[in-house]
Amino acid sequence: MATTSPDSQSATTAAPTRDGAGASGRREGRARSRASGGDRTFGVLANVVLTLWALLVILPLLWTFYSSFKNSREILLSPFSLPEKLNVDNFVNAWTEAGIGRFFGNTLIVVGGALLLVMLLGAMCAYVLARYTFPGRQLIYYGLIAGLTFPLFLAVVPLFFVLESMGLRNTYLGLILAYAGFALPFTVFFLYAFFRQLPEEIAEAAAIDGAGDFRTFFQVMVPMALPGLASVTIFNFLGLWNQFLLPVVLNTDQSKFVLAQGLANMQAQQGYQSDWGAMFAAVTITILPVLVVYAFFQRQLQGGVGRSTNK
Amino acid sequence: MTSITTEVPSGAPVRTRGARRRVTPSRVLFFVSFLGLPLLLYVVIVVWPIAQAIYYSLTDWRGLGAAPEFIGLANYARLFQDPTFLKALTNNLILMVALPTVVIVLAFALAILVTVGGSTRGEIRGVRGANFFRMVSFFPYVIPAVVVGILFAFIYSPNGGLLNGTLGLIGLDPGIAWLGDPNFALIAVGLAVVWNLLGFYMVLFVAAIHSVPAEIVEAARLDGCGRLRLSVQVILPMIRENVSTAAVYMGIVALDMFVYIQVMTPNGGTAKSTEVISRYLYQTAFFDSRFGLASAMGVVLALVTMLMAVIVLFGFRRKDV
Repeated sequence: MATTSPDSQSATTAAPTRDGAGASGRREGRARSRASGGDRTFGVLANVVLTLWALLVILPLLWTFYSSFKNSREILLSPFSLPEKLNVDNFVNAWTEAGIGRFFGNTLIVVGGALLLVMLLGAMCAYVLARYTFPGRQLIYYGLIAGLTFPLFLAVVPLFFVLESMGLRNTYLGLILAYAGFALPFTVFFLYAFFRQLPEEIAEAAAIDGAGDFRTFFQVMVPMALPGLASVTIFNFLGLWNQFLLPVVLNTDQSKFVLAQGLANMQAQQGYQSDWGAMFAAVTITILPVLVVYAFFQRQLQGGVGRSTNK
Repeated sequence: MTSITTEVPSGAPVRTRGARRRVTPSRVLFFVSFLGLPLLLYVVIVVWPIAQAIYYSLTDWRGLGAAPEFIGLANYARLFQDPTFLKALTNNLILMVALPTVVIVLAFALAILVTVGGSTRGEIRGVRGANFFRMVSFFPYVIPAVVVGILFAFIYSPNGGLLNGTLGLIGLDPGIAWLGDPNFALIAVGLAVVWNLLGFYMVLFVAAIHSVPAEIVEAARLDGCGRLRLSVQVILPMIRENVSTAAVYMGIVALDMFVYIQVMTPNGGTAKSTEVISRYLYQTAFFDSRFGLASAMGVVLALVTMLMAVIVLFGFRRKDV
């Protein structure tokens, strides 16, 4: 971990100058040595605090991970001891009996479908809004952005009946449409900015070469906007994977539960039949894939945070 | 850095030439599909239900069987006399103040430690292993909130939970059921949220601090400014906009809380100690079938959310002048 980090790039050139300045006057020199004492304390403090925080993040996860190999009795009697033997029963129970496997599959269908739909519709909509002028354009843009500020709770009761009346409640399609609808404002908001930055000349060249609106979009603009599309996709994936209220309200058929719902349901039943081991295993099963995805994409994710919020 | 603004930049390239404006069948099809389809989805799934909710909040609607009857503001009057709703509103308001404050203070402190915590003479540099700390800190943010809720239910459990177990190691096991005790439950849930989201704001602030011009930091250091003063009096004012954005995001989380409460303290906790509007709304609508009343709660929640956003953004912008 002791590699030079980009964080240290800020001010390396000024050091020699400052040393020279410090040597030139006694008063300044004294001030500097006092400051560097304080700096050392600050540095030690920084390491201690950051290490404590890192432990607060890592230890609970580690504890969950190894507890998922223990049986319920071991967990209750000695919360800290390592498992007596590596037993994977918990994982089998969680995956099959508690239905985590099934919920996992449902989540892949719903999140995958919604992600595809919202990225396609969002990119189309953002593209038209960003690169064409027509009456009502601003109205539509602000109408979409307003959707970011309304809480989901306001819409969820009537939405239940809207889907009910279309026969889409308790269906994958209904959930996919609901997920995509609520992810649309965010998607358009960020992709709009990406499409606006693309150079005009290339679209013009495509038009002169006889490419129609559809071809220009799919074969010229989308490939150029790929970096933007990728980071919005990652954030949408996290948001949709995390979605809880929509499935709880719109999807009450247990065979179609998504992971978040299934886990909450399993947790709610803990009071009656406490298979703690399976519960820990279920949590581990949910966290591990995220950990792997995170390890691969953490640069894009953190880059995205900076990009989306630095004004 | 890509700049993303809510306004439509006037100087940006937009097609205006006559040749591109010709209306052809292909162009009509293009607009209908590219603009029509997304807007259709948006109107059916988002706009129409919100409009309906506002109307239903003025009715006594109790389900598909009976036709809703218009009762004006009676639902709202009723809400503000309902002790459970008032408790829920109070809890939301407490969280709305406490959560953003705690998260922003801690996230800023951690971001400062990572970016200027390196123990060097003179020049400012990041702490060793800054990337490692940033990576670890951000990780909880990608864990689904449901899982965070379950994880902390384990941690707070009076039977074999990590917290009481750890306190037991130093002989201090209080035997408290943290989530069951009305004195601690709300704080316990709040800390789980802090654990979940702190890293996101820390990374956000780290990015913001890196965009502060190095010369300004230099100048402050040459003037003998210590790291604490540098952080609070030089860097903090320069990333004010990011702080206000963070405050709004966290405020929205604090006014929601549905997942955390539902998972950690089902039914709103002992003696409704952790009841929040979102959970009460859910119960009122889908267990008691009082859809009109539930819609009124949604409207109140939406108004509080917008008021909070306006106050925070307006408050921070004013200092720019």
